[in-house]
Amino acid sequence: MSAFTSQVINLFASVLLLIAFAMLAQRRIVTLINLFAIQGMALVGSTLTVAWATGQHHLYWSAGITFVLKVVALPWILHRLIRRLNVKWDIETLINIPTMMLVGIVLVVFAFNLALPISEFSQSIARGTLGIALACVLMSFLMMITRSKAVPQVIGFLAMENGLFFAATSATYGMPMVVELGIALDVLVGMVILGVFMFQIREQFDSLDIHHLEKLKED
Amino acid sequence: MGELPELLAIDAAMAVVVAWFAVGLAGLAALHNFSLVARVLFPLSAALSLALAGTALSALPGAPQTAVLAIGLPDLPFHLRLDALSAFFLALLGLASAGISVFAGGYFRRGEGTPPGLLCLHYHLFLVGMAMVMLADDAYAFMVTWELMALASFFLVTTNHRIAEIRRAGFLYLLVAHVGAIAILLCFGVLQANTGDYTFANMRAQNLSPFWSSCAFLLALFGFGAKAGILPLHVWLPEAHPAAPSPVSALMSGVMLKTAIYGMVRVNFDLLGSPLWWWGVAALSVGLATALFGVVFAAAQVDMKRLLAYSSIENVGLIVVGLGLAMVFAAYRMNSLAALAMVASLYHCLNHALFKSLLFLGTGSVLHATQERNLGKLGGLMRYMPFVAWTSLVGVVASAGLPPSNGFVSEWLLLQGFLFTGGLPNPYLRMLVPIFAAGVVLVAALAGYVMVKFFGVIFLGRPREDKLAQAHDAGWLERLGLAWLTAGCVLLGLFPVAVIEVIDPITYAFLGRGLAQSGRAGDWLLLAPVSAERASYSPILFLLVTAAIVAAAFVLVRRFYHGRLRRAAPWDCGHPMQTARMQDTAEGFGQPIRQIFEPFYRMHRELPTPFDAAPRYRVTVEDPLWAWVYLRIAAATEAVSRWVGMLQRGRISIYLLYSFLTLVALLFLTQA
Amino acid sequence: MNLEGFLAQLVAMVVALVGAPLVMGWVNQCRAWLQNRRAPPLTMPFRTLHKLFWKESVVAHDASPIFRVTPYVVFGCMLLASLIVPTLSTNMPMAPAADAIALVGLFGVARLFISLAAMDIGTSFGTLGARREMLVGFLAEPAFLMVLFTASLISSSTSLATTVSALAHREFTILPSLAFAGLAFTMVSLAENARVPVDNPATHLELTMIHEALILEYSGRHLALIEWAASLKLFAYSCAGLAIFFPWGIAEANDHVALLWALPVLAMKLAIGGFLLALIETILAKMRIFRVPEFLATAFLLGVLAILVHLLLGA
Repeated sequence: MSAFTSQVINLFASVLLLIAFAMLAQRRIVTLINLFAIQGMALVGSTLTVAWATGQHHLYWSAGITFVLKVVALPWILHRLIRRLNVKWDIETLINIPTMMLVGIVLVVFAFNLALPISEFSQSIARGTLGIALACVLMSFLMMITRSKAVPQVIGFLAMENGLFFAATSATYGMPMVVELGIALDVLVGMVILGVFMFQIREQFDSLDIHHLEKLKED
Repeated sequence: MGELPELLAIDAAMAVVVAWFAVGLAGLAALHNFSLVARVLFPLSAALSLALAGTALSALPGAPQTAVLAIGLPDLPFHLRLDALSAFFLALLGLASAGISVFAGGYFRRGEGTPPGLLCLHYHLFLVGMAMVMLADDAYAFMVTWELMALASFFLVTTNHRIAEIRRAGFLYLLVAHVGAIAILLCFGVLQANTGDYTFANMRAQNLSPFWSSCAFLLALFGFGAKAGILPLHVWLPEAHPAAPSPVSALMSGVMLKTAIYGMVRVNFDLLGSPLWWWGVAALSVGLATALFGVVFAAAQVDMKRLLAYSSIENVGLIVVGLGLAMVFAAYRMNSLAALAMVASLYHCLNHALFKSLLFLGTGSVLHATQERNLGKLGGLMRYMPFVAWTSLVGVVASAGLPPSNGFVSEWLLLQGFLFTGGLPNPYLRMLVPIFAAGVVLVAALAGYVMVKFFGVIFLGRPREDKLAQAHDAGWLERLGLAWLTAGCVLLGLFPVAVIEVIDPITYAFLGRGLAQSGRAGDWLLLAPVSAERASYSPILFLLVTAAIVAAAFVLVRRFYHGRLRRAAPWDCGHPMQTARMQDTAEGFGQPIRQIFEPFYRMHRELPTPFDAAPRYRVTVEDPLWAWVYLRIAAATEAVSRWVGMLQRGRISIYLLYSFLTLVALLFLTQA
Repeated sequence: MNLEGFLAQLVAMVVALVGAPLVMGWVNQCRAWLQNRRAPPLTMPFRTLHKLFWKESVVAHDASPIFRVTPYVVFGCMLLASLIVPTLSTNMPMAPAADAIALVGLFGVARLFISLAAMDIGTSFGTLGARREMLVGFLAEPAFLMVLFTASLISSSTSLATTVSALAHREFTILPSLAFAGLAFTMVSLAENARVPVDNPATHLELTMIHEALILEYSGRHLALIEWAASLKLFAYSCAGLAIFFPWGIAEANDHVALLWALPVLAMKLAIGGFLLALIETILAKMRIFRVPEFLATAFLLGVLAILVHLLLGA
């Protein structure tokens, strides 16, 4: 049983990584949101698998919360947001995409080697995936850095949280329920605040381009 | 048996060297006798090259032979040694130079800069220098002959010294060569470990601490890298190669770059003993960067010889990648894999020596026939120079690394080496090495692009200038040289197992392993470096089946249908007017690469506006490293010189004061 | 090289020669259905080939021998490629002659020759086609090799026959690395076979075509050979993909029953694959030529990632 479950978890992990790369390479905001939803789905899948394999019942709950929040609610909010803001068009990246993916590959190698000593001590069945989780976090960070529009940056932020969540499940079978609920709430509130913030940016500058924020500094 | 005065291979090799020297002197004697130099001396020298190659090949499997030559300073004789590695590189020198010398006999024309006799002397001193570098067994002999090689080639590069550009190229070459030579000298200084004994035998015996051996490695990488054209010391190469006459370019690119590779192998695997793992990574990184840089720049060139020069940089990069991989494996005592990588690297040395010489000689013939080096003014020469075109095509296929040519075999071996890295204990390395493999593959594929550009623009299409219709094919001596190198390329591609058996003694000597016993797998047709289940390749079968299919298709189509053919004007989608100027130029063909790799280049574009009466499009591509590294070094040197210049006051009493202060300081120091 | 192996090889060759145009016809049929058109018959490619073979070849005045040799060379390369790929059995006499790297090299040879032939006449479209073909090639070739390397690392062999039997024989495991490789392979084979997001096989619009621009000057039997070679290339690519990602149903050494089964299984797999290809071509739109390098670079990096994932997860 355990060999097969760990294979399934590995599969979900690589889907997560694949989507992280796809997000790096994606130019369109709509697709980006859909990718984020699929990533959430993969997360739900892996959490359910871990929950089933280890009999940790609280993981079912976190899978449920993840599903409601990251597969349904947040993508819906984001879709609504971009409709309201009317920013469906292509997004410019600051660095060209192949270079970014190359950096991504370097990050994967780095993250895996970083996680190697930790995962050796871990008892979890999913310990091999810790490196991938870390890589997802780093790559989402990279995406936030290299996008110049506000919406993709928010998606990057959310994807980063996905990576962290996955790291938690893979290394220690998830965080305590209270922490998880707290984070979920934080993400939701953060999303709302950022949404309001984006409307404000656009009202101020008629654009969502973050470059305009540079004008705010005092000379 | 012992009484019989056997002719040792090393003596025979020395005899060839002396004969070369004599041929050079004969050229000096017949300074202006053109036909003697071209029709007699150069072919004679080619025969000597063959003798050298034969001697070296016969000596390859044998035990190392040594000799002491009492020339030079009184207590400092030349120590010579002919072991497997030297023999292999001597064979390379002989095989390549045989073709090049014959070609040179037909190539040099009357009235070009240096008189023919002097040229002959420089040429043969160059050969002597290269051969002696490979035979040298102490640092003194090595450095003297190394300098001889550098100087002779400098004079050859500046054959047409009336052109300012060529003088500048020659100066740059000499400068980089000397910076490199200093590093090599320092490297030998580190290697002898304060024993004062500069023979290689003593260096082998020394056991250096990791710090000092790393110093020696870095100095060797820098010093030999300067000769080989490793990033960022490659700048001289694309200047010097086009400036030199084509046979000299061929010799420099095909053979002289390999002396640097020889030096790297000698120092890293022989003199230093066991390498550290990070040396391998350093060599891998530098090599891959060089290869990628070379091929990307080759794609953007518009001068055919510069294109080939950049392609040489690429190939040297690949060779160094192979050496780096061998070092990584050797550091972890995975000696069979190290042997595999090293064989790949040495095989590629041999391949590159032949196909790059072939291509350079081909450009020489084109240059003579058309007086044109600019790709934008060539085209359609296949019709006027079929011999040169077909032989160049073989070189192009080899250079693009496609089966069943020789270039493919070495790339195949190299990739096999990369695929067996699963056992490396270091997790970072285990993951990084496949990424290097991806880079190597990318370089190989880009080389194909470059070679299509090279061949297509020069030989195919329609002539871009009217005068090209007068182009004539190469003369018989030139053809002989081209044919020799072409045959070499084909045979090296078709009989890899035999070649690997020749290389095997080298890996046995340094790593204790060879490929032959497993590589043969009982079948000389089949190349299988580890086992037939893991990987195998049979070029002959490959070629025969393709040829059979081609022949069968040809016959069957004629048998069942017909062979009717009609000549007509080109169709070109029905466009009514076409001129030769509407074909892609060299710039046009390289444009996609320029666009994709834009950050690599320093590009200046002049774009016309829609309102220009005489629109003009110009793009120049420059090497960014020149500005980033060399101009900064030059600026820094100038600043320092200005400081030093302040010492110059022009008054004798101040100079006396300097002397006085120095004297006092020295006296003070001795007293302390 | 026993008689049985020789016969199997001969059967494989006939299957490739006959099957390749059929696959092409099937893809065209599916495409027509998906686009609500009436489909041409399945044997349409054969009729086209027959028609072209009967026509006389028109060659430009100043065409060099390279131009006339190329159709045969390309055809030979593609047929050899479909002999190297294990289509029906892993026990073929040609299998040890070339491994995965040589297979990629073989496609490279064909590409080199066809590009040179396109440049030979010296028309503007020919050189344009050659340049674009090499552009696609220099990125697609390494990407394809990365896909093959992933399979090679899993089975620790670059020999395709060994790889396929290793992949078919292991106990059922999910290999995430193959998921990445599969995605990369799909992208590469679309590009290499001049299919929609990269090239449009049905277009003659000058500015968008790649493959058609290359062969613009060919006619008669030369064109027939090149078209046949193109369908053989699609066949070889499909079979390589099927052999790596769905290796079940390919016969092993000395397994006569499986050899009989192999053909219908292969036909089934090709039919499904061809339908999927038509589906992809219907859904996607052709991209701008300057998006192609990005598309292929993504495929290349996915291939690299597949290798990395294999090393990371050990699977």
